[in-house]
Amino acid sequence: MTLPVHEPGASQPHPRGTGRNPATGTRRTGRHQPRVTTRVDSGEAEQFSVLGRPLDRVDGHAKTTGRARYSAEYAYPNLAHAALVCSTIPRGRITAIDTAAAAALPGVLAVLTHHNAPALKPPQKPTPVNLATLAPGTTVNYLNTDEVHWNGQPVAVVVAETVDIALAAARLVRPSYTELPSTLDFKAAVPDAHPQRRNAMLMPGGGSKGDAEAALAAAPVSVDLRFTTPMHNHNALEPHATTAVWDGDELTVHDGTQNIDWTRRHLAHRFGLPLARVRVISTFVGGGFGGKGSVWAGTILAPLAARATGRPVRLMLTREDVYRTVGGRTPSIQRVALGATADGRLTSLIHTSITQLGRVGGHPEQVVSQSRHLYAAENILVEQRQVDLDAVANTSMRAPGESIGTYALEVGMDELAYRVGLDPIELRRRNEPERNPLDGKAFSHRRVLETFAIGAERFGWAARTPEPGSMRDGRWLVGMGVAAAYHPAWQLPASVTVRLAADGSVVVKCAFHEIGVGAATAQAQITAHALGVPVEAIRVEHGDSDLPAGPGAGGSAQTASVASSLLEACAKVRREVFELAGRSADSPLRGRRLADVRARAGGLFAGAAGETYARILTRAGRSHVDGVVGSTSRLGELADQARFVAKFLRDGRRWVKAASGAQFCEVRVDPDTGEVRVSRWAGVFDIGTVVNAKTAASQLRGGIVMGIGLALGEETLVDPATGRIVNATLAEYHVPVHADVPHIDVTCLDDPDPTMPLGVLGAGEVGITGVGAAVANAVFHATGRRIRDLPITLDKLL
Amino acid sequence: MVEVRLNVNGTAAAVELEPRVSLLDALRERMGLTGTKKGCNQGACGACTVLVDGRRIVSCLALAVQYEDREITTIEGVDHPLQQAFVTHDGFQCGYCTSGQICSAIAMLDEHKEGTASAVTEHVDEAPELTEDEIRERMSGNICRCGAYNGIVDAIEEVAG
Repeated sequence: MTLPVHEPGASQPHPRGTGRNPATGTRRTGRHQPRVTTRVDSGEAEQFSVLGRPLDRVDGHAKTTGRARYSAEYAYPNLAHAALVCSTIPRGRITAIDTAAAAALPGVLAVLTHHNAPALKPPQKPTPVNLATLAPGTTVNYLNTDEVHWNGQPVAVVVAETVDIALAAARLVRPSYTELPSTLDFKAAVPDAHPQRRNAMLMPGGGSKGDAEAALAAAPVSVDLRFTTPMHNHNALEPHATTAVWDGDELTVHDGTQNIDWTRRHLAHRFGLPLARVRVISTFVGGGFGGKGSVWAGTILAPLAARATGRPVRLMLTREDVYRTVGGRTPSIQRVALGATADGRLTSLIHTSITQLGRVGGHPEQVVSQSRHLYAAENILVEQRQVDLDAVANTSMRAPGESIGTYALEVGMDELAYRVGLDPIELRRRNEPERNPLDGKAFSHRRVLETFAIGAERFGWAARTPEPGSMRDGRWLVGMGVAAAYHPAWQLPASVTVRLAADGSVVVKCAFHEIGVGAATAQAQITAHALGVPVEAIRVEHGDSDLPAGPGAGGSAQTASVASSLLEACAKVRREVFELAGRSADSPLRGRRLADVRARAGGLFAGAAGETYARILTRAGRSHVDGVVGSTSRLGELADQARFVAKFLRDGRRWVKAASGAQFCEVRVDPDTGEVRVSRWAGVFDIGTVVNAKTAASQLRGGIVMGIGLALGEETLVDPATGRIVNATLAEYHVPVHADVPHIDVTCLDDPDPTMPLGVLGAGEVGITGVGAAVANAVFHATGRRIRDLPITLDKLL
Repeated sequence: MVEVRLNVNGTAAAVELEPRVSLLDALRERMGLTGTKKGCNQGACGACTVLVDGRRIVSCLALAVQYEDREITTIEGVDHPLQQAFVTHDGFQCGYCTSGQICSAIAMLDEHKEGTASAVTEHVDEAPELTEDEIRERMSGNICRCGAYNGIVDAIEEVAG
């Protein structure tokens, strides 16, 4: 653990001397200092903040004793179990489904097909007026159509008394099909790639400055490279699971989701229910990584089965079902071409990508995202194209775009460094932009080069001899590689209620998601910081649509998004408490200005004069004070959403905001077998403010671990003849295990971004970016072999 | 249907089930012991690891009827310093693999104490030192997709002393 910890009197190890001013609690920023527009929170000025401390997770003991319950673990009387039947053809129509054998099995309650399933409304078309219309993973109206759109689409659901009976009966269901022509082979479809039709995650598909192709042709030094990356699957350890219970026309759903609000709204639409009649509970989620960010078939089919049978129904997908019915990361083909002067200054940067979409869903992956921001090339061309396949819709997976985009760009930079004869870090130093290269916008925060400098020191980069194959340890070839990490910072709307009780305890309510990031712990620390109460006095309620709506857990945006509203709610509580105090002649706060008051020691204080919340509330005869942010009326919600979109667009015009970092990797390669072992890792990150040094480091390490998988093992294999995923198991899809992961050294600059709530840039995604390139560059350094097709398996090195 | 006496966490219970029911489903679906997790149901992830007579098994590949009168321990019956060590070292994120990791680590420590060799043990005739590499090798049947491996190894090292 190398993260700085905010202990009283502890010196801040910031290399540029930035960090918290111990006198005011504010922190100086880096060299780019755009005007700060976030709320100046008077209560934040406590000297010894709990912010950043490596506190244990508030749900730690629940998870180490088996008490934490996930969506398939809620018991209901008379609970029935559902199992899916998935198509075995990629495209066509169901001509008949023989359900007799399945229905005859003792214990089977129903076999639902498009012949007998309750009618559902089709998914809505996405519209910016209602962002929840983005919720469904696909446009298919499951079990309400005879159409088949991919190999693995659910075509029937069996409901039975036990899970074993349901699964056995599902195998007895016999659909017949008429097959229609289909497009299944990603690489073969590349000649038909079309320009991007709509924005990827609110980001444009292309952009240019100058004439990059001409500059490339004229460049004294250049590389022009083609990369491929395969499809990936999230493989959250908890398979998607839904427990659905109807009480009359009220629906309660336990669903492991990264978006409670959208799931609720989508279910209300599909089942034709008023929003108030749908409750979605998602207390703990067994990992998401993007795979639980959209609403997939199981979440709809469980309540459908419950409605059809009149029983509470649990549908826990099998691991194979997850591969068949939930999208993964798109494969990609990328071109990175770099032109430079003889001394390594970029004259041209070209990054283009081709990814896939399902014909019934999926988003254009923002593969070239980082290439708009990382290097000061004179001429730039970025472009994204897509092919349409009869395949399960692709979806976001940890750092969608940048995870695979940084692989290609940062391998390209390494190749250019060798071509120019420069150290790869020096090449980056020579191309560090002052402003956003594509359009000249200001960076809200930019400390990429410092992360490289600190990383080089921690990792021992100076010991590297550049020549490939020049370093050995016994029989092992040793290689060291480096790459930049980059992920944009996002903020989403969130509603939060804070209740301060007369006994000094605090309850925070927000339907955000605990997918493993330590969200409740982080928000408890932020509350303690803003109200000046001990963390132990705070209870954070989350994961339930009965609470004020939270943001989706995606885009590394959840912490900052909740923090923004939480700080505002805490400010309202402080203001009201201060006003209550001011009404009493006995209060030492009477006659003071709110701006001079600090929240600390469980109360409000102006210098030494002040009193506890308990005293103020008790004297005023108040049991509690509430701080409410966000609206509960539909009109209010629309206004909030409009305000959010306006701020999003305004910020986007003014600043480029991102988390960034530097990844350092050492590999050992067996010269005889081609086996690659990652032996050392150092990552240095600028994620803005660190809210909890322990959980933030874990998030970043987790990203690096998944990146090691991306680099060396992970690949979803699709049969190009049938469109069927052939390795839909954890035995044949190779995620990193204990033996694959060395100690990972993580450092954070802990320098707040001046434009983000509390200075938080987000930590969930940036950790995986640059990892694939750092590994590939290390493998090149060890062996002299450039592997431009992921994963780097040993057959490619022999 | 058959009746099986399952002795779980020191309590014996008669459970009626089909012979094909796995120990994992018996625990989760029939006995309400949901601390044991189902991750893949094919022995590839380790989330369902429980202790039987002190040995670790993946309960998804075990038929409940085979475990009559055996001493079964699930995470609900575990009281071990590893649990606090996992919290201290942040040896988990989402928590879904945690029950299996902890049960697996408890048995692994015993296996090591007995002098059992692993694939990375250099001299199989000597009692191996419990290095980080040994821990990693011996824990590799338990996948953590959140990537909390460093914290898990640190927690095990602390408890192993």
